[in-house]
Amino acid sequence: MCVGIPGQIVAIIDADTDTAMVEIGGIRRAINIACVTDAHRNHEQCIGAWVLVHVGFAMSRIDEDEAMKTLELLRELGEMAEEMRWIQGGPQ
Amino acid sequence: MKFVDEFRDPAKARVLVDNINTLVRRIPLCATRPLQLMEVCGGHTHSIFKYGIEQMLPDCIELVHGPGCPVCVLPMGRVDDCVALAERPNIIFTTFGDAMRVPGSRKSLLQAKAEGADIRMVYSPMDALRIARDNPDREVVFFALGFETTMPSTALTILRAEAEGVENFAVFCNHITIIPTIKAILDSPELTLDGFLGPGHVSMVIGSEPYQFIARHYRKPLVIAGFEPLDILQSVWMVLNQIAEGRSDVENQYQRVVPDRGNNPALAAVSKVFQLRAFFEWRGLGSIDHSGVRLQDGYARFDAERKYPVPNLKIADPKACQCGEVLKGAIKPWQCKVFGTACTPETPMGSLMVSSEGACAAVYSYGRIDLVDVLRAREAAKPNAPREQQT
Ligand code: SF4
Repeated sequence: MCVGIPGQIVAIIDADTDTAMVEIGGIRRAINIACVTDAHRNHEQCIGAWVLVHVGFAMSRIDEDEAMKTLELLRELGEMAEEMRWIQGGPQ
Repeated sequence: MKFVDEFRDPAKARVLVDNINTLVRRIPLCATRPLQLMEVCGGHTHSIFKYGIEQMLPDCIELVHGPGCPVCVLPMGRVDDCVALAERPNIIFTTFGDAMRVPGSRKSLLQAKAEGADIRMVYSPMDALRIARDNPDREVVFFALGFETTMPSTALTILRAEAEGVENFAVFCNHITIIPTIKAILDSPELTLDGFLGPGHVSMVIGSEPYQFIARHYRKPLVIAGFEPLDILQSVWMVLNQIAEGRSDVENQYQRVVPDRGNNPALAAVSKVFQLRAFFEWRGLGSIDHSGVRLQDGYARFDAERKYPVPNLKIADPKACQCGEVLKGAIKPWQCKVFGTACTPETPMGSLMVSSEGACAAVYSYGRIDLVDVLRAREAAKPNAPREQQT
């Protein structure tokens, strides 16, 4: 919950609700990107960006190196499988 | 992957450890007592145990594992409230998976689910809102918890529910806020902390400014730290450097993720939806003024505490639990009387055993101390017959 998981924004699903498709560890999921857009960066400009995702919300832009490092760290800490299970499963 | 290796590079770690060793020789205080540095965030606690960082540091540096794991500081009374809400007819109770196994005084959410309550694990509060949309004839409650890292997600979900006019969705708000908590720790007479490793992802939301009072008023150094082993070593070095130079500043080691100003859209959503509570109850730490938030009056219809009768019981932790002492750094996890015996990650008695970010679970899973020895010594000290131990 606290470390967050890196993903890459691959498409905008609905700009009105700040919803984007984000690829996380090979899985695609709808993620809210309201916190990483602002007056200088509209939704379209976010495509391709790496972000840190916490509980379904992109909370920070990061660079690709940082994303790879964090993914590796999560894998080592044994958090990756757990996170992916949640991301994939969604509500049962 | 070159960048990954860079952060695990043993040669770099050795250089940092050497620098730390040189530095402590320049700090006269180290000769009289160990320096206590608190890592506030549970993510740091997890990394520290996983990589054995404490063992790399000189003996005169003690890491105190702070209360920065939201699941770990959840009081039993709040878990009981969750169970009471979940057991109401027509309710779908939604929660992050982490909270399922936290023991309540009667049962955990996991047990309540097994007994038939409609409890669903979700990855995101937005999933809970979707369940509400899909089940218009049911009432959906989302169990919101976490520090500033997850607070914006709850706020934005409520704003969305409002925009869509979803009426059957409410939030049981247990969000807590980091600054009053650090202040309470600093004011606690039992603790003599010399510096802090600041939480990385809380800071990504709030920025570095809110910590200034720690440096200015309490004269303690704070370094916002990343989660990689080298991040943590470097942050320890930065704190020590401040101590050696007689400074107390807020520094940001984790600049590649944490902007000094924090995240504006996130903060705007939080201040729109939440207001501070007069006080909030913490497991092991008692009541801390202004340490929790609730929904603003304008969002009362999304507030489970106002929509439904919530028992709001105060339940004392079981006597054998020493979570509070561990949280305050007064004892080490393995010094708790029930550590590894009555309390294990499979059968947690206290919540520090539930989450992988809890200090007790971290020691249990990765602890470099010899668990077998601790358990044997404890068994030997007991008058009754020893039982089989897992190690
Ligand atoms: S061993 Fe269990 S009861 Fe003791 S402090 Fe840790 S979590 Fe709490």
